[in-house]
Amino acid sequence: MSESRSSAASPADSGSPDVALAYESGVEVKARSQWAYVRMRFLRHRLAVASLIVLVLIGLVGVFAPQLAPYGYDEQNLDILIQGPTLEGWHLFGTDHLGRDYLSRVIFGIRTSLWVAIFVALLSTAIGTTVGALAGYYGGHVDNVLMRLTDLILTLPGLAVLLTASVYLGSGEPLKIGLILACLFWTAIARIVRGLFLSLREREFVEAARAAGASDLRIIVRHMLPNCLGPIIVNTTLVVAAAILVEAALSFLGFGIQPPSAALGKLVADGQAEGFELWWLVTFPGLVIVLIALCVNFVGDGLRDAFDPTQRRVRA
Amino acid sequence: MASATHSIPRSAGSVPEPVLSIRDLTVEFDTEDGVVRAVTGVGYDLHPGEVLGVVGESGCGKSVSMLSVLGLIPMPPGRIVSGEAVFRGEDLLKLPESRLRRIRGGPMAMIFQDPLTSLNPVLTIGDQISEAIDVHHPGSSDAATRKRAVELLRLVGVPSAEQRYTQYPHELSGGMRQRAMIAMAIANDPTVLVADEPTTALDVTIQAQIIEVLKAAQRETHAAIVLITHDLGLIAELADRVVVMYAGRVVEIGDVFSIFDSPRHPYTAGLLRSLARLDADVDRLEPIAGQPPSLIAPPPGCAFHPRCALSQSRAACRTDVPELRALGSEGGHRSACHFAEELTAAAQPVRGSS
Repeated sequence: MSESRSSAASPADSGSPDVALAYESGVEVKARSQWAYVRMRFLRHRLAVASLIVLVLIGLVGVFAPQLAPYGYDEQNLDILIQGPTLEGWHLFGTDHLGRDYLSRVIFGIRTSLWVAIFVALLSTAIGTTVGALAGYYGGHVDNVLMRLTDLILTLPGLAVLLTASVYLGSGEPLKIGLILACLFWTAIARIVRGLFLSLREREFVEAARAAGASDLRIIVRHMLPNCLGPIIVNTTLVVAAAILVEAALSFLGFGIQPPSAALGKLVADGQAEGFELWWLVTFPGLVIVLIALCVNFVGDGLRDAFDPTQRRVRA
Repeated sequence: MASATHSIPRSAGSVPEPVLSIRDLTVEFDTEDGVVRAVTGVGYDLHPGEVLGVVGESGCGKSVSMLSVLGLIPMPPGRIVSGEAVFRGEDLLKLPESRLRRIRGGPMAMIFQDPLTSLNPVLTIGDQISEAIDVHHPGSSDAATRKRAVELLRLVGVPSAEQRYTQYPHELSGGMRQRAMIAMAIANDPTVLVADEPTTALDVTIQAQIIEVLKAAQRETHAAIVLITHDLGLIAELADRVVVMYAGRVVEIGDVFSIFDSPRHPYTAGLLRSLARLDADVDRLEPIAGQPPSLIAPPPGCAFHPRCALSQSRAACRTDVPELRALGSEGGHRSACHFAEELTAAAQPVRGSS
């Protein structure tokens, strides 16, 4: 490569291989781990970092709900029914027609909704990635069977299935709602992963890994999955947002988390029933839903950029 | 290309037991246009420690023959119709996948053409070399594996190997990547090393370095190398013996000197004539007329006859497929031409090379 340049630039130690090499590759010879790179790129993505901070705060609020909430989520104060936001008694988000403090209900709602959403996201990603990877890697009959199964689930009218399932499995428990949602949400990830695997399968490094004696499992887990991390992570974050919304829809229809437990969607539904005059009942839980969904998506975006080792340009 | 000094003497009189013996290998691919017979009745021996060059045009079956021996062609559409490939007393073509996997990357390793696409972009160089070791030595400790991987990087001439270990393929130059590929291939002391166009994706100055690395790798492992290439210069530089392939068949086998000095197949002679040379003042290079034949419907008889100057429309060329036959004299020189004797030393196309 540029032997002359390297010796011209540093005649003193042009004999050192390190110097020649730094010029040869055009980058500084500095060892960093993959995670160091991911962290570095992620931290440069300011919006993602800000979103992550907000998300962590919201998450902490959910985790420490019992300690943080000024009142219990089902604690009624019949003296102040239908109170708008006020500093008096710290009813910052107002109260509902049962005299329950809405700030406390939103805080407990965050706890329930985030728990369900994260559970759904992780479980559906696990199912979807496994199905997609097997279908894409093996192709042929395996692909046919798994993808027809995926199609079948996609063609089912989701809401009808959810309602039926929640009737038979019993609704109201966050765990059961989460299981039902995960069983419907994995299809998108399965299709994405399958598509990625179909193209990755033809890549030469997969053939090279096979030529090096790697087993199918090793090729899938170690060589192909890391190449899909970005899309998988982005999709998982989308599922977190979508799960919050669907869970809200279920609760709205009366098949989700049952009262008096608070879930963000349920709070919006309850508030909506009260009409426009009680605007605070819809606005605050609604804002929190939007905030969580937005932050989750921004974080996903930042992670996608961070995980791509060929990504040079980093958006601010 | 001056003939370089070789660590292993070019094939002499005594014939040792071959490490890999391919016999009558025929491979077909089903395509929409018909059945492509990529490899037909190919057979050759690989002797311990030698470098066997496999030469031919693109699509003549050089790579497919080795890939099918390693069980790396996609099946379907690929199909191994017949043949055997005996390696250490076992026919590789009949081994179950699990046994074959232990041979691939272990006693039989492969170097691919394009080091950028053959390295996983999301794993560090070190991870990938360590993995090559790990696959065949599952028990070894991480520290030992890492030490060996760094050692291998040094061996193939990668400076500051410790730092390279933690870098990703895109952070390395093409030559460095190919060195890393070679390091992976020799990680488990192979007895057979298949190098599929190892220098084609590299620029000329790097090619020379990689040739040196290959020689060093051979000195280290004493592996027999199958060098698949269309670069006759590379063959002259490295190979002990040469297999010339055309349209899926072996048309000539011989040691590198007899092939270059007195080719006994008109195709080989044509290849040598079409080579740009420093030691001859030629205005125009002489190409081989015509196109390589379709492997779906190859010409009857000798597949080369439509392009052959020697054939002169003789009936035998058009009707009979020529056998690969020994030419008496020079050790093991065989040609698949009905009229090989007519290519006499007097009509030699090339002089003074190799």
